[in-house]
Amino acid sequence: MEIKILGYGCSKCDQLYKEVVKADQELQTQAEIIKVDNAKEIAGYGVMRTPAIVIDGLVTSVGKIPTSTEIKKMIEAAKQ
Amino acid sequence: MFTPVQQLADWLVYSVFKLQTGSKAGDALNFFIFDTIKIFILLLIIIYAITFIRSFFSPEKTREILARNKGNTLIGHVLAALLGIVTPFCSCSAVPLFIGFVEAGIPLGVTFSYLIAAPMVNEIALVLLYGMFGLKIAVIYLISGEVIAIVCGILIGRLKLEKYVEGYVYELQRSNNAGFSLPEPTMKERLSDAWNFTRDLLKKIWIYVVVGIGVGAWIHGWVPAGTLAEYAGADNPFAVFVAVLIGIPLYSNAAGVIPLISELTRAGVAMGTALAFMMSITALSLPEMIILRQVLKPKLLAVFIGIVGCGILFTGYLFNYLL
Repeated sequence: MEIKILGYGCSKCDQLYKEVVKADQELQTQAEIIKVDNAKEIAGYGVMRTPAIVIDGLVTSVGKIPTSTEIKKMIEAAKQ
Repeated sequence: MFTPVQQLADWLVYSVFKLQTGSKAGDALNFFIFDTIKIFILLLIIIYAITFIRSFFSPEKTREILARNKGNTLIGHVLAALLGIVTPFCSCSAVPLFIGFVEAGIPLGVTFSYLIAAPMVNEIALVLLYGMFGLKIAVIYLISGEVIAIVCGILIGRLKLEKYVEGYVYELQRSNNAGFSLPEPTMKERLSDAWNFTRDLLKKIWIYVVVGIGVGAWIHGWVPAGTLAEYAGADNPFAVFVAVLIGIPLYSNAAGVIPLISELTRAGVAMGTALAFMMSITALSLPEMIILRQVLKPKLLAVFIGIVGCGILFTGYLFNYLL
């Protein structure tokens, strides 16, 4: 699994990154977690609000830091 | 509504800390306690309500509405400037927003009407101004910001500055095939998202607010009313200009500056000058310029800064003239 965190290195993006890493460890997904701060790539997903989460190429959340439960749900859903 | 808060502040300062009524320290501390509690209560309610309402106006929907009004029509500019007030905008989102608008075929001028209105008319500032200074001031602030956004957007549209947008933005437009649709949030999600946002924002800005009130309290206690009138009153034509210059390197949230504004005006600074100072602190910030540089070539970025700067100056002089 590949999880991308889209954002420009603002504090919210770092916070989201940490949350995702935590969720990944707890679920033992061993996903590859990548920070994306390139405007071209972010826009390529059609995302207009950061931070956003992209799991295996699919945008699952935009413009907010979801709760850890929500993040886990997204990862679980992508597993299937 | 805030009478019990005033009673609490009086009791703390004069009965618990045993400071003398009318002493400088007593006045300042009383002001600090009263304003801190009052402003945090106001902020909590305002931010929560606004964030909840905003969840119905996503940038994606804004883009859809604007894209339907293709062309540099006046309606497009007006709509863009109005949406700039309600749609969430933080400097981190400025670039994807800009690209998203251009991609959807929204003209550059209309996009700029939005980009100018978003930081110029800050909804938290608007409600706080209403709460602390009354309807008239809030309305002038709102209208002047909107007019500037509309007029400047039309101007940028006329100047044909598309060539000063970084080239890749238009390339993306051609190769764009990405899209996604997330389910509409439920009412419960809107409410809990609004709460999370409010909590995060307050965590981030509380220090600005406390510093703002602290400086305000100091002015309240030690600077006699009218002292600054000589330097920054409405008679001094350079005051607005100097206030904007001082505000550029300073950075704070609107919520942190407004308590200061009320004290500055009491000390004799003209209302327009004080407001220009606030707008300069909140709307012209270095971090946002660095982010926008990713999509705008230096020349267009300079045009943007120049326009917002002149807009703030205009608002300052307008207020000084009207009040």
